[in-house]
Amino acid sequence: MNDQHFTIEKITGDLTRHIRLNKGFHLWMAFLTAGMLICLYAYSLQLRFGMGVTGLRDYVSWGMYITNFVFFVATSLIGMLISAVLGLIGIKWINPLARIAEIIAVGFAAVAGLVIIMDMGRPERLAYVFIYGRFQSPILWDVTVVTTYLVLSLLLYFLPMIPDLAISFKKAEKLPVWLKPIYKILSLNWANNPEQNKIIQRSVRILLILLIPAALSIHTVTAWLFAVTLRSGWDSSIFGPYFVAGAFVAGCAAVIIAMYFFRYNYKLQDYITERHFNNMGKLLVLMCFIYLYFNFNEFLVPGYKLKRGDAIHLDEMLAGRFAILFWSVQIGGLILPIILGLFRRIRKPLPLMIISVAVLIGAWLKRYIIVVPTQEHPFLPIQHEPHNFQIYTPTLTEIGITLFSFFLVLFIITILSKFFPVVPIMETAKENGIEEGEMK
Amino acid sequence: MDTNSTYDPNSNIDKDDEKNQGTSRRKFMKNLGLLGAGAVTGAAALYSGHLFEEKKEKSGESKVLLTQDNKLVEVDSLEMKYIQKAPEEKLQERGREGIPGKRWVMVVDLARCRNARRCVAACQSAHQLRPDQYHMNTLQLQDSPDTAPYNMPRNCQHCDNPPCVSVCPVDATYKRQDGIVLIDNERCIGCRFCIAACPYSARIFNWVEPRDADKYKDQPYNVELNVPQKKGTVSKCLFSADRLREEKLPYCVEACPNGVYYFGDENEDAVTNGTTKETVQLSALLRDNGGYQLMPELGTKPRIYYLPPKNRVFPFEPAKDEQFSKS
Repeated sequence: MNDQHFTIEKITGDLTRHIRLNKGFHLWMAFLTAGMLICLYAYSLQLRFGMGVTGLRDYVSWGMYITNFVFFVATSLIGMLISAVLGLIGIKWINPLARIAEIIAVGFAAVAGLVIIMDMGRPERLAYVFIYGRFQSPILWDVTVVTTYLVLSLLLYFLPMIPDLAISFKKAEKLPVWLKPIYKILSLNWANNPEQNKIIQRSVRILLILLIPAALSIHTVTAWLFAVTLRSGWDSSIFGPYFVAGAFVAGCAAVIIAMYFFRYNYKLQDYITERHFNNMGKLLVLMCFIYLYFNFNEFLVPGYKLKRGDAIHLDEMLAGRFAILFWSVQIGGLILPIILGLFRRIRKPLPLMIISVAVLIGAWLKRYIIVVPTQEHPFLPIQHEPHNFQIYTPTLTEIGITLFSFFLVLFIITILSKFFPVVPIMETAKENGIEEGEMK
Repeated sequence: MDTNSTYDPNSNIDKDDEKNQGTSRRKFMKNLGLLGAGAVTGAAALYSGHLFEEKKEKSGESKVLLTQDNKLVEVDSLEMKYIQKAPEEKLQERGREGIPGKRWVMVVDLARCRNARRCVAACQSAHQLRPDQYHMNTLQLQDSPDTAPYNMPRNCQHCDNPPCVSVCPVDATYKRQDGIVLIDNERCIGCRFCIAACPYSARIFNWVEPRDADKYKDQPYNVELNVPQKKGTVSKCLFSADRLREEKLPYCVEACPNGVYYFGDENEDAVTNGTTKETVQLSALLRDNGGYQLMPELGTKPRIYYLPPKNRVFPFEPAKDEQFSKS
């Protein structure tokens, strides 16, 4: 990066080069749309025939959908860690990654809100939550904080991008014609006045500070959906921080995967460098360590006492029906990534991306074994019920509906990254010693 | 229609006589005419009334209806007025309020239960449930490998500190002043948080269209009976709130052939056995027989008491179709 000479023209050109419609993009979007349509058909079946089309029954009444909801809320939390926590303490290397983190935050938080509707038996009564809402229910807290977090994240995605939009509008040569008026409108007449920049800087700073409690709340409250119940395995006082720690693991992995694909597809090698992968790799290892610590806590303490319900739960997890899943998640999604991530050679783009995929799959499955097992073992035995009431097996329809959320989040992330600069232009220019005057 | 009430000729004559004697005859003739006209009108009215009555008698199909206070009345079809929505609103209103002055309580004598499951059948029939849907279920339990197995009916414990009510986001499930926890399936959004929160697994969900949904679809929704059941909503034991309003015992209590259930009002300190109809003192029954609550350590404060399976009336027989579960 230091060898080359960067001008504002080159930076703008490089960072807006991907903003055009090409064949690959059309194919990708067609694939996502087709996927979503198939999944929507699955959802229409659920609407018509009821939630009986899922594998859920009276005992395991929360399954894949809730797992997925927790996963999406978790992954969206990375916006707080990278932009807010690392940004506010002045760590510079995150600058080109901040917007990627915000894209992940916006996409995953928005889809999380939608995913939870898929789990409702009466989705047409969604408005009742606002009309008849009772504030002692953690669901109300969740609705409040997820909405707040989504709005904050959207603003944090948009505000720092205003100068970039103005610069791109003026300097980017190959910008699609139809996108230009959109850039013009969205850039809100930014003209690089010191006053304008001051307003943006100040607002972003306030948003970053507000983002921290909002983000902590969304996942803490999501953890409380379980922790406020009396069930073994959920009835835990560390569920809040345990979930938050796990969320950073999933979020780091998601950002690394996004970095990898943006870097290659959008030709951003000069801006998202191996150094960034190296640092993100270290961050991922750190987060995995913290999460591993919470895991020890969560299993060792009840395992020491072996209260009846906890004993049954732990037995199912460590050596029972969920053992294969449990150990794959703990080893493949946590311990191996930590060990491998300690080596500098592994913290290169491709190996790190592969590890991140494993971590992200592990993160999803981890939530599955948090949500499901305890419900198969309620305090009172399950008797006089058909077999499928006792053991939860997701159905194809249910998996299809769950897949919808993945297609949708990829759709949102693609739109946000394809039509707008992924790496901040003004920040990059400043870092390369380009005077503010040149940006006008 | 009554001539006398609309026109009184006599009083007019008196007044006119006092005022003007000279015109009295003319007046008299006029009044006579009016009187005649009035009489004809009256007769016509009476006749039309008679015709109306006659018509009513002829066309009248009498229908038997159930009033809001659960009384059967016979009403002629012509006198029936169809009121939209109102009865449901009334049912909702009183269903949320509860029965003032009562604190319902149930006592289950485990020594007498032999898993006849008549209670389960009565409950499922009253609440339009499928055979695999249980507001109440009889379980076969064994507390430890060295203790004797026993049968235990399990329904909603109608907790005084109900975890399900706390977590409900829309006030669909609620605690009434008479101690009953109900679910309003007109309000329920189907999030199933209450199912996750209930430690007694007492709640069920309508995963598909309920049993005979077509047959009952025009029935007004009674929150105290929770019928008709609704797809995509939660359902649960209601302590037969509809029966209590009629001053009858709950369906399960009445159906038991073996005298397992006592039901009554904590305020009166009296419970009645559903089979023998014998009424006993609640506090004495619990004291003398070592009454206990299910998982009291959870702090849910159940309104159901169990009497331990001591001096069993029937030998324990494991249910044939079921695998015995120890957990």
